Amino acid sequence: MSQRSHRRVTAAERGRAAIFAALGDETRLLLIAKLCSGQPHSISELTVGSKLTRQAITKHLRVLQRAGIVHGVRAGREQRFEFDPEPMQEIKQYLDIVSEQWDQALARLKLFVED
Amino acid sequence: MNDRIEKRIELKASVSRVWQALTDYREFGEWFRVKLDGPFVVGEVSRGQITYPGYEHLKWEAVVQKIEAERLFSFTWHPYAIDTKVDYSKEPQTLVEFKLEKTPTGTLLLLSESGFDKIPAGRRMEAFRMNDGGWTQQMKNIEHHVTEKP
Repeated sequence: MSQRSHRRVTAAERGRAAIFAALGDETRLLLIAKLCSGQPHSISELTVGSKLTRQAITKHLRVLQRAGIVHGVRAGREQRFEFDPEPMQEIKQYLDIVSEQWDQALARLKLFVED
Repeated sequence: MNDRIEKRIELKASVSRVWQALTDYREFGEWFRVKLDGPFVVGEVSRGQITYPGYEHLKWEAVVQKIEAERLFSFTWHPYAIDTKVDYSKEPQTLVEFKLEKTPTGTLLLLSESGFDKIPAGRRMEAFRMNDGGWTQQMKNIEHHVTEKP
């Protein structure tokens, strides 16, 4: 198994079911949207434009961190947060495989009943 | 991103015909590629042997959840229970639902599989292994086969 696949397992191990739970919230989706830009963001930056307090944003970031979707990075004295797409990609790829198999199975069913 | 898979397929066959293909265990086995031991019974475990080329060593096991005549057929199972040395019985299952709707030209089949959020990451990796091991090629072989001999 390649290095790349191996890293994917590690990311996935952190994520698991927590990923779906983490994504099931509007505020967290907005945070991800901001973090998707590529640059690590500070809590202050992430709080700008939000009705939520710094504490509330921090709480949501912790949920994303536990799911492995967001990582904390140190920039001097400041804590910044960056987005990690790997856990989500892993799940998406898995679902794509299962999805593909259903396509094939349903195609066989179609041939079977329309014969 | 969703934790479920949803499919819609239009079938040019009556609802009764599709229902039979789904719930008669022999007919189900024909297109799904599994040799089932006996009929589907609500609340009971359905067992059998996969007949898919290359995967004949694998067992089929599912728990029938609902059989609502010509409307809904559902079961729970362990997706990708492909390692014969692993006991999957304690692991979470996904729910597979087939829903049928009558259309002017035949039947609309709605398939969904849900509950992937509960499936451990290690198991998801098995799917990758399986895929790398030529599953896609097997699919192509079958497609070729059924097109040649419909």
